[in-house]
Amino acid sequence: MFVYYLDLAFRSLRRNTMLTALMVLAIAVGIGASMTTLTVTHLLSGDPLPGRSQHIFYPQVDPDPKRTDDKEPYDKLDYQSAVDLWSAHRADRQAIVVDSRLKLSDPASGAPPIMAMMLSTTADFFPMFDVPFQYGAGWSAQDDASRARVAVISADLNQKLFAGANSVGRTLRLRNSDVRIVGVLKPWRPSPQFYMVAGGRFANGDTADYYSKTEDVITPFFTGLDINDGSFWQFTCWSLPARTGHLQDAPCVWLGLWVQLDNAAKVAGYRRFVADYAAQQKSLGRFTHAGNARMRSLMEWLDFNGVVPSDVRLQTWLSFAFLTICLFNTVGLLLAKFLRRSGEIGVRRALGASRAAVFAQCMVESAVIGLIGGLFGLLLTLLGLWLVRQQPVAYADLARLDVPMFLLTFALAVGTSVLAGVLPALRACRVAPAWQLKTL
Amino acid sequence: MDFAPILAALRRHRTATLVIALEIALACAVLCNACFLIASRIGLMQIESGVDESSLALVKLDCDDCNSSDLNARVMAALRAVPGVQSVAAVNTLPFGERAGDNGVTIDREHYVAVPHFYLGGPGAAETLGLHLAEGQPFQPEDFRTGDVWVPADTPVWISRTLAEKLWPGQSALGKEFWVTDKFHFRVVGVLAHLVRPDPGGTRGSGAAEWSVFAPMAPGKVLNGSYAIRAAPADLPRVLREAREAAQKAAPEAVLDLTQSRTVSDLRSDFFRPSRSMAGMLVGVIVALLLVTALGIVGLASFWVQQRRKQIGIRRAIGATRQDILRYFQTENFLIVTGGIAVGLAMAVVLNAVLMKFYELPRLPVAYLPISAVVLWLLGQLAVLGPALRAAAVPPVVATRSV
Repeated sequence: MFVYYLDLAFRSLRRNTMLTALMVLAIAVGIGASMTTLTVTHLLSGDPLPGRSQHIFYPQVDPDPKRTDDKEPYDKLDYQSAVDLWSAHRADRQAIVVDSRLKLSDPASGAPPIMAMMLSTTADFFPMFDVPFQYGAGWSAQDDASRARVAVISADLNQKLFAGANSVGRTLRLRNSDVRIVGVLKPWRPSPQFYMVAGGRFANGDTADYYSKTEDVITPFFTGLDINDGSFWQFTCWSLPARTGHLQDAPCVWLGLWVQLDNAAKVAGYRRFVADYAAQQKSLGRFTHAGNARMRSLMEWLDFNGVVPSDVRLQTWLSFAFLTICLFNTVGLLLAKFLRRSGEIGVRRALGASRAAVFAQCMVESAVIGLIGGLFGLLLTLLGLWLVRQQPVAYADLARLDVPMFLLTFALAVGTSVLAGVLPALRACRVAPAWQLKTL
Repeated sequence: MDFAPILAALRRHRTATLVIALEIALACAVLCNACFLIASRIGLMQIESGVDESSLALVKLDCDDCNSSDLNARVMAALRAVPGVQSVAAVNTLPFGERAGDNGVTIDREHYVAVPHFYLGGPGAAETLGLHLAEGQPFQPEDFRTGDVWVPADTPVWISRTLAEKLWPGQSALGKEFWVTDKFHFRVVGVLAHLVRPDPGGTRGSGAAEWSVFAPMAPGKVLNGSYAIRAAPADLPRVLREAREAAQKAAPEAVLDLTQSRTVSDLRSDFFRPSRSMAGMLVGVIVALLLVTALGIVGLASFWVQQRRKQIGIRRAIGATRQDILRYFQTENFLIVTGGIAVGLAMAVVLNAVLMKFYELPRLPVAYLPISAVVLWLLGQLAVLGPALRAAAVPPVVATRSV
């Protein structure tokens, strides 16, 4: 029966090319627009560490004596708090993060230096965030402590300086210091660059930079502070640092701390530990707002920072409004199409077809229209994503269709057209056979 | 025109009428808000920067261990030697360049009133930039002092008129004072007609687009590595090219920042590129939306014409003119669209309220409502014209046939 309906559907579509084309066009345009924006939103709001993100947390304390308990603590930590919490080793893994710009060159090649971003972090960063290595590996906790002059470089930088060859063991000049390359990453493009996300609530929705590429060179935390002393940027200060760019002893927040906690008991334990630390600092007179401590999970932290840029969210809503308009449009056209065939339906009914059969036939026809509309919609989605990739935004290179989104395109197209078809099909199967036969 | 028979006929097609009216309503709501979004983007894109954009370029060096005052002297001398350069001044950044520093300011040293951007400029910077002082006086040579970390604790400044209005509404800002933390104390000696932040409409929102402070400072450790150069607009591209080379040659230990060393017009065009593509996308949505709506009307009207061929024939046979038939379909469309618009205007206001809540957009000006109503009426009339003309062409003799 289904095959027969399918055949009928195709016949009817061919009979009324104009109406069919209009409907297919409406669905295709609506699907194309909404799938393009939905794909971008999906890529930007996804979990950057699937399977691990629920174990990753971002503790915060409030070192500013002038803030009050009802205010959020700053998005980053001061040096002493970060190092104290990190060196207590109370989590399964912990990493301090800070980035800075510096001059970088390959002393062997003599090519002109470039300005690059350096991430300074601690040994656990790589296993905690599942960072993939092409050659070599990260450094050890021993290297952190001894301020070893070692570095891990990105696949991009390895391509640029060493044409993609195994550069482990080679020397890199960072500002005035030589470091030994111990590892080269595989292409690694977390979306967003989650470990540096902070300050989203002050960004006024302009958060495209959270989707920037990762840093080109990664060094141990204390090594980085030595190499690039004087070039660090504060997140904010509550009074002026004595030396610009040197923030170890400054009343400033500038460091992020990430911890991995593998089960609920450990999470509760770490919360207690952070609260105890804040209370202890208060009793030492360094903090005034001990109660102002937080610990959000990775996804909570991304949500809190509103990482998906407001332009992207706006486009998503707009294109869904647009899809709804296309849906109404299709309802109207299907109504016209089905009712135009009242005579034919009357004959079928008179010959014994049940209402359900007529309804099923109409729905099959709607679904076929949706499928064809989805096919064109897919082409429009690919075109739309290509257009997004031409845009000057940090996330442009991420805009590609993946398998779930590919399937969703068709599901949405067929779903939309079937939904649009319900009302017209109900009307069509209520056609009275006798009345239609009379007018034939 | 008598509406009664048309309304009676529409009542027989309640579903289809309702569907089309709803489609118009949604289109109306989206149209109003999308047009408004486009207009506000374009308005922001045309913001006056307050500097002589067409004659200005920025040269920026990244230099982490240079001897600062020595670097400034070397590079500025080299830049001044480039033929065609009219003047050179040390600055921390220029409009549409990289943000150099926002600071929360207070009037009573306790409550923050605004977060403006602080421009720093060496001697001659105001003239090089072409800043236009609306009130107040130029800086004195002794105002240009060096600082260790930032500006000297007690600095005379110029502020933009918008910032002055924010800090002291309805009063003259001249001679007034404000603070950054309780250490830095600023006295307003001039008010600028315009001076935009490097990122107008960006992180601080469009209301703060012109919250700028311009402070004098001697080139040195803090004011270092960025230079504004001024040249005749026609010369500027060549001058910039040569200035980049000259700066790199004068400071081989530094790295020239190619993304920032550009003309201000280029920096501006780059800064607004995302806004332009967003506006372009919105225009695309509006066009597609109007197209889809029109196609829906065409499709349904054609169906109705075909369905009513016999009735049309009868009306023609008993004396109705082609004009009457045409007007019938146009009036019918007008009634449906009007119903849609009535609902749509209410939806537009609701949608705007939602957008205001989630995206901090301003309120939709009332003028957008009648404009989009007129657009949709015209669209409806145009879309129905084809089917209506076909209806008018139905000959009276159809009445005698049995279809």
